[in-house]
Amino acid sequence: MSHPKHHDHDHDHDHDHDHDHKPIESQQEPAGEERFLEQALRELLDEKGVVTAAQIAQQIDIQDSRTPALGAKVVAKAWVNPSFKQDLLAAPLETINKTFGLTINTPLELVVLENTPDVHNMVVCTLCSCYPRMLLGIPPAWYKSTDYRSRVVIEPRAVLKEFGAHISDETEIRVSDSTADVRYLVLPLRPQGTDMFTEAQLEALVTRDTMIGTAVPKLMES
Amino acid sequence: MLEHQEFIASPSFNVGDRVTVKSGHPESHCRTPVYLRGKRGTIVEVVGRYHNPSLLALHKPGLPKLWLYRVRFQQSDVWEDYDGSSRDTVIADIYEHWLSSDEEHLNVSP
Repeated sequence: MSHPKHHDHDHDHDHDHDHDHKPIESQQEPAGEERFLEQALRELLDEKGVVTAAQIAQQIDIQDSRTPALGAKVVAKAWVNPSFKQDLLAAPLETINKTFGLTINTPLELVVLENTPDVHNMVVCTLCSCYPRMLLGIPPAWYKSTDYRSRVVIEPRAVLKEFGAHISDETEIRVSDSTADVRYLVLPLRPQGTDMFTEAQLEALVTRDTMIGTAVPKLMES
Repeated sequence: MLEHQEFIASPSFNVGDRVTVKSGHPESHCRTPVYLRGKRGTIVEVVGRYHNPSLLALHKPGLPKLWLYRVRFQQSDVWEDYDGSSRDTVIADIYEHWLSSDEEHLNVSP
Protein backbone atom coordinates (compact mmCIF):
# COMPACT_ATOMS: atom_id res chain seq x y z
CA MET A 1 0.00 0.00 0.00
CA SER A 2 1.26 3.45 -0.79
CA HIS A 3 1.02 6.37 1.60
CA PRO A 4 -2.68 6.92 2.06
CA LYS A 5 -2.26 10.23 3.86
CA HIS A 6 -0.39 11.86 1.00
CA HIS A 7 -2.31 13.85 -1.55
CA ASP A 8 -2.17 12.27 -4.97
CA HIS A 9 -3.33 15.28 -6.88
CA ASP A 10 -1.59 18.46 -7.98
CA HIS A 11 -2.31 21.53 -5.95
CA ASP A 12 -3.50 24.56 -7.76
CA HIS A 13 -2.20 27.29 -5.49
CA ASP A 14 -4.10 30.47 -5.91
CA HIS A 15 -1.58 33.29 -5.86
CA ASP A 16 -2.65 36.81 -6.62
CA HIS A 17 0.83 38.24 -6.98
CA ASP A 18 3.60 37.46 -9.38
CA HIS A 19 6.76 37.34 -7.30
CA ASP A 20 8.19 34.37 -5.47
CA HIS A 21 7.70 34.00 -1.75
CA LYS A 22 10.83 34.57 0.22
CA PRO A 23 11.58 31.63 2.48
CA ILE A 24 10.88 33.59 5.67
CA GLU A 25 7.34 34.38 4.59
CA SER A 26 4.90 31.94 6.02
CA GLN A 27 2.25 30.92 3.52
CA GLN A 28 0.03 29.50 6.25
CA GLU A 29 -1.10 32.66 8.01
CA PRO A 30 -3.87 34.81 6.65
CA ALA A 31 -2.54 38.04 5.24
CA GLY A 32 -3.78 40.74 7.63
CA GLU A 33 -3.10 44.43 7.31
CA GLU A 34 -0.04 44.20 9.59
CA ARG A 35 1.47 41.52 7.40
CA PHE A 36 1.26 43.70 4.29
CA LEU A 37 2.75 46.57 6.26
CA GLU A 38 5.58 44.36 7.55
CA GLN A 39 6.29 43.04 4.04
CA ALA A 40 6.25 46.53 2.49
CA LEU A 41 8.60 47.88 5.18
CA ARG A 42 10.96 44.92 4.93
CA GLU A 43 11.16 45.13 1.14
CA LEU A 44 11.75 48.87 1.28
CA LEU A 45 14.56 48.47 3.81
CA ASP A 46 16.11 45.88 1.51
CA GLU A 47 15.70 47.98 -1.67
CA LYS A 48 17.09 51.11 0.01
CA GLY A 49 20.08 49.14 1.25
CA VAL A 50 19.34 49.76 4.95
CA VAL A 51 19.42 46.06 5.81
CA THR A 52 19.76 43.09 3.51
CA ALA A 53 17.38 40.14 3.38
CA ALA A 54 20.32 38.02 4.58
CA GLN A 55 20.76 40.20 7.68
CA ILE A 56 17.05 39.92 8.48
CA ALA A 57 17.17 36.15 8.03
CA GLN A 58 20.25 35.99 10.29
CA GLN A 59 18.49 37.95 13.04
CA ILE A 60 15.46 35.65 12.81
CA ASP A 61 17.81 32.70 13.07
CA ILE A 62 19.48 34.15 16.19
CA GLN A 63 16.09 34.91 17.74
CA ASP A 64 14.89 31.37 17.03
CA SER A 65 17.99 29.94 18.72
CA ARG A 66 17.07 31.69 21.98
CA THR A 67 14.60 29.49 23.81
CA PRO A 68 13.84 28.79 27.47
CA ALA A 69 16.28 25.86 27.17
CA LEU A 70 19.10 28.40 27.24
CA GLY A 71 17.72 30.03 30.39
CA ALA A 72 17.35 26.57 31.97
CA LYS A 73 21.05 25.84 31.38
CA VAL A 74 21.93 29.12 33.12
CA VAL A 75 19.70 28.36 36.11
CA ALA A 76 20.87 24.75 36.52
CA LYS A 77 24.51 25.83 36.43
CA ALA A 78 23.81 28.50 39.04
CA TRP A 79 22.27 25.80 41.26
CA VAL A 80 25.31 23.51 41.11
CA ASN A 81 28.15 26.01 40.84
CA PRO A 82 28.33 28.72 43.54
CA SER A 83 31.11 30.71 41.88
CA PHE A 84 29.17 30.78 38.59
CA LYS A 85 26.12 31.98 40.51
CA GLN A 86 28.12 34.75 42.14
CA ASP A 87 29.46 35.92 38.75
CA LEU A 88 26.00 35.59 37.19
CA LEU A 89 24.40 37.85 39.78
CA ALA A 90 27.23 40.39 39.52
CA ALA A 91 27.60 40.52 35.69
CA PRO A 92 24.86 38.43 34.06
CA LEU A 93 25.40 38.78 30.30
CA GLU A 94 29.19 38.81 30.49
CA THR A 95 29.13 35.63 32.58
CA ILE A 96 26.59 33.88 30.34
CA ASN A 97 28.53 34.75 27.17
CA LYS A 98 31.82 33.59 28.66
CA THR A 99 30.47 30.37 30.15
CA PHE A 100 28.28 29.23 27.27
CA GLY A 101 30.40 30.55 24.38
CA LEU A 102 27.68 32.98 23.27
CA THR A 103 27.88 36.49 21.85
CA ILE A 104 24.70 38.05 23.21
CA ASN A 105 25.16 41.72 22.41
CA THR A 106 22.59 44.25 23.56
CA PRO A 107 22.50 47.76 25.02
CA LEU A 108 19.93 46.47 27.51
CA GLU A 109 20.83 45.57 31.06
CA LEU A 110 20.07 42.03 32.26
CA VAL A 111 19.35 41.65 35.96
CA VAL A 112 19.07 38.21 37.55
CA LEU A 113 16.56 38.13 40.41
CA GLU A 114 17.40 35.41 42.89
CA ASN A 115 14.48 33.79 44.69
CA THR A 116 15.07 32.95 48.34
CA PRO A 117 12.81 31.44 51.00
CA ASP A 118 11.97 35.07 51.92
CA VAL A 119 11.48 36.58 48.46
CA HIS A 120 9.63 35.32 45.39
CA ASN A 121 10.25 37.37 42.24
CA MET A 122 7.87 37.84 39.31
CA VAL A 123 8.46 39.73 36.07
CA VAL A 124 6.09 41.83 33.96
CA CYS A 125 6.12 44.74 31.56
CA THR A 126 3.00 46.76 32.34
CA LEU A 127 3.67 49.19 29.47
CA CYS A 128 4.19 46.75 26.59
CA SER A 129 5.88 43.35 26.45
CA CYS A 130 9.55 43.79 27.42
CA TYR A 131 10.97 40.33 28.08
CA PRO A 132 14.46 38.81 28.35
CA ARG A 133 14.33 37.70 24.71
CA MET A 134 18.12 37.48 24.56
CA LEU A 135 17.84 34.47 26.86
CA LEU A 136 14.30 33.09 26.66
CA GLY A 137 13.28 33.95 23.09
CA ILE A 138 9.74 34.97 22.19
CA PRO A 139 7.42 35.67 25.16
CA PRO A 140 4.25 33.58 25.59
CA ALA A 141 1.00 35.20 24.45
CA TRP A 142 -0.33 35.56 28.00
CA TYR A 143 2.74 37.59 29.01
CA LYS A 144 1.62 40.24 26.50
CA SER A 145 -2.05 40.16 27.50
CA THR A 146 -3.62 43.19 29.19
CA ASP A 147 -4.97 40.83 31.83
CA TYR A 148 -1.58 39.58 33.02
CA ARG A 149 0.11 42.97 32.62
CA SER A 150 -2.41 44.79 34.77
CA ARG A 151 -3.31 42.13 37.30
CA VAL A 152 0.19 40.98 38.25
CA VAL A 153 1.03 44.36 39.79
CA ILE A 154 -2.40 44.75 41.43
CA GLU A 155 -2.98 41.24 42.76
CA PRO A 156 0.15 39.10 42.23
CA ARG A 157 -0.97 36.49 44.74
CA ALA A 158 -4.24 35.87 42.91
CA VAL A 159 -2.34 35.55 39.62
CA LEU A 160 0.11 33.07 41.18
CA LYS A 161 -2.79 31.02 42.49
CA GLU A 162 -4.31 30.83 39.01
CA PHE A 163 -0.96 29.60 37.69
CA GLY A 164 -1.04 26.93 40.39
CA ALA A 165 1.94 28.28 42.30
CA HIS A 166 1.71 28.37 46.08
CA ILE A 167 3.81 30.97 47.86
CA SER A 168 3.63 31.40 51.62
CA ASP A 169 2.18 34.59 53.08
CA GLU A 170 5.46 34.88 54.98
CA THR A 171 7.30 35.28 51.67
CA GLU A 172 7.54 38.72 50.04
CA ILE A 173 6.17 38.76 46.49
CA ARG A 174 8.41 41.16 44.58
CA VAL A 175 7.14 42.11 41.13
CA SER A 176 9.66 43.71 38.77
CA ASP A 177 8.08 45.90 36.11
CA SER A 178 10.46 46.12 33.11
CA THR A 179 9.53 49.65 32.18
CA ALA A 180 12.81 50.79 30.65
CA ASP A 181 16.23 49.40 29.73
CA VAL A 182 16.41 46.51 32.20
CA ARG A 183 15.36 42.94 31.40
CA TYR A 184 14.82 40.43 34.19
CA LEU A 185 15.46 36.73 34.60
CA VAL A 186 14.19 34.99 37.73
CA LEU A 187 16.63 32.53 39.28
CA PRO A 188 14.15 30.15 40.95
CA LEU A 189 14.76 28.21 44.15
CA ARG A 190 16.25 24.76 43.64
CA PRO A 191 13.62 22.22 44.71
CA GLN A 192 14.27 20.09 47.76
CA GLY A 193 15.15 16.47 47.11
CA THR A 194 17.39 17.21 44.12
CA ASP A 195 20.77 16.86 45.86
CA MET A 196 21.70 13.85 43.75
CA PHE A 197 20.51 15.36 40.45
CA THR A 198 22.98 16.02 37.65
CA GLU A 199 23.07 19.44 35.99
CA ALA A 200 21.19 17.99 33.00
CA GLN A 201 18.47 16.54 35.25
CA LEU A 202 18.11 19.90 36.97
CA GLU A 203 17.77 21.70 33.62
CA ALA A 204 14.68 19.63 32.91
CA LEU A 205 12.97 21.11 35.99
CA VAL A 206 13.51 24.69 34.87
CA THR A 207 10.56 25.72 32.72
CA ARG A 208 9.97 29.07 31.06
CA ASP A 209 7.37 30.09 33.65
CA THR A 210 9.74 29.41 36.55
CA MET A 211 12.08 32.03 35.03
CA ILE A 212 9.21 34.56 34.73
CA GLY A 213 8.17 33.79 38.30
CA THR A 214 4.65 32.52 37.60
CA ALA A 215 5.68 28.99 38.58
CA VAL A 216 8.12 27.26 40.90
CA PRO A 217 10.24 24.29 39.79
CA LYS A 218 8.79 20.97 40.86
CA LEU A 219 9.94 17.40 40.84
CA MET A 220 8.15 15.41 38.18
CA GLU A 221 5.47 13.25 39.70
CA SER A 222 6.37 9.62 39.37
CA MET B 1 24.29 73.08 25.78
CA LEU B 2 22.80 70.33 27.83
CA GLU B 3 21.24 68.67 24.77
CA HIS B 4 24.64 67.97 23.30
CA GLN B 5 26.19 66.54 26.39
CA GLU B 6 26.36 62.81 26.29
CA PHE B 7 25.14 62.44 29.86
CA ILE B 8 24.67 64.24 33.14
CA ALA B 9 27.81 63.52 35.11
CA SER B 10 26.65 62.02 38.37
CA PRO B 11 23.39 60.54 39.65
CA SER B 12 21.31 62.71 41.98
CA PHE B 13 20.11 59.76 44.05
CA ASN B 14 21.82 56.93 45.87
CA VAL B 15 20.72 53.48 46.95
CA GLY B 16 18.47 53.80 49.99
CA ASP B 17 17.18 57.31 49.15
CA ARG B 18 13.45 57.88 49.52
CA VAL B 19 11.93 59.37 46.37
CA THR B 20 8.53 60.43 45.04
CA VAL B 21 7.58 59.74 41.43
CA LYS B 22 6.41 62.95 39.77
CA SER B 23 2.96 63.31 38.31
CA GLY B 24 1.78 64.59 34.95
CA HIS B 25 0.85 63.19 31.58
CA PRO B 26 3.41 64.39 29.04
CA GLU B 27 2.64 63.59 25.42
CA SER B 28 5.70 61.52 24.75
CA HIS B 29 6.99 57.96 24.67
CA CYS B 30 7.05 57.94 28.41
CA ARG B 31 8.20 54.86 30.34
CA THR B 32 6.87 55.82 33.78
CA PRO B 33 3.78 53.72 34.57
CA VAL B 34 0.73 55.76 35.54
CA TYR B 35 0.03 53.57 38.59
CA LEU B 36 3.30 54.71 40.18
CA ARG B 37 2.99 58.44 39.53
CA GLY B 38 2.80 60.34 42.80
CA LYS B 39 3.90 57.25 44.78
CA ARG B 40 6.80 57.15 47.22
CA GLY B 41 9.49 54.49 47.05
CA THR B 42 13.13 53.68 47.74
CA ILE B 43 16.07 53.54 45.32
CA VAL B 44 17.40 49.97 45.26
CA GLU B 45 19.86 50.28 42.36
CA VAL B 46 21.47 52.94 40.20
CA VAL B 47 21.38 51.03 36.90
CA GLY B 48 23.33 53.38 34.64
CA ARG B 49 22.87 56.04 31.98
CA TYR B 50 20.51 55.47 29.08
CA HIS B 51 19.21 57.37 26.07
CA ASN B 52 16.04 59.36 26.71
CA PRO B 53 13.21 57.20 25.29
CA SER B 54 10.92 60.21 24.71
CA LEU B 55 13.54 61.72 22.39
CA LEU B 56 14.46 58.41 20.73
CA ALA B 57 10.80 58.02 19.79
CA LEU B 58 11.07 61.31 17.87
CA HIS B 59 14.16 60.02 15.99
CA LYS B 60 16.41 62.31 18.02
CA PRO B 61 19.72 61.09 19.49
CA GLY B 62 18.18 60.84 22.96
CA LEU B 63 20.83 62.99 24.65
CA PRO B 64 21.70 63.84 27.30
CA LYS B 65 21.53 60.28 28.56
CA LEU B 66 19.47 59.90 31.70
CA TRP B 67 20.29 58.16 34.93
CA LEU B 68 18.05 55.15 35.40
CA TYR B 69 17.12 53.75 38.81
CA ARG B 70 15.36 50.66 40.09
CA VAL B 71 12.84 51.96 42.61
CA ARG B 72 11.03 49.71 45.09
CA PHE B 73 7.52 50.48 46.36
CA GLN B 74 5.55 48.77 49.08
CA GLN B 75 2.40 47.40 47.44
CA SER B 76 0.35 48.79 50.33
CA ASP B 77 1.65 52.30 49.40
CA VAL B 78 0.69 51.78 45.74
CA TRP B 79 -2.81 50.33 46.21
CA GLU B 80 -5.00 51.48 49.09
CA ASP B 81 -6.87 48.18 49.21
CA TYR B 82 -3.95 45.88 48.38
CA ASP B 83 -4.98 42.34 49.19
CA GLY B 84 -1.78 40.51 50.09
CA SER B 85 1.09 40.48 52.52
CA SER B 86 2.34 43.81 53.85
CA ARG B 87 5.79 42.59 52.78
CA ASP B 88 4.88 42.57 49.08
CA THR B 89 6.67 45.03 46.81
CA VAL B 90 6.88 46.19 43.22
CA ILE B 91 10.05 47.45 41.56
CA ALA B 92 10.08 49.62 38.44
CA ASP B 93 12.81 51.20 36.34
CA ILE B 94 12.43 54.98 36.45
CA TYR B 95 14.49 57.77 34.84
CA GLU B 96 15.88 60.51 37.03
CA HIS B 97 13.79 63.44 35.74
CA TRP B 98 10.67 61.60 36.99
CA LEU B 99 11.97 61.41 40.57
CA SER B 100 12.06 63.93 43.39
CA SER B 101 13.39 63.66 46.91
CA ASP B 102 10.52 65.89 48.00
CA GLU B 103 7.54 64.36 49.75
CA GLU B 104 5.32 66.87 47.95
CA HIS B 105 3.86 65.81 44.64
CA LEU B 106 5.56 67.59 41.77
CA ASN B 107 4.73 67.60 38.10
CA VAL B 108 7.30 66.32 35.65
CA SER B 109 8.91 69.00 33.45
CA PRO B 110 7.56 68.85 29.93
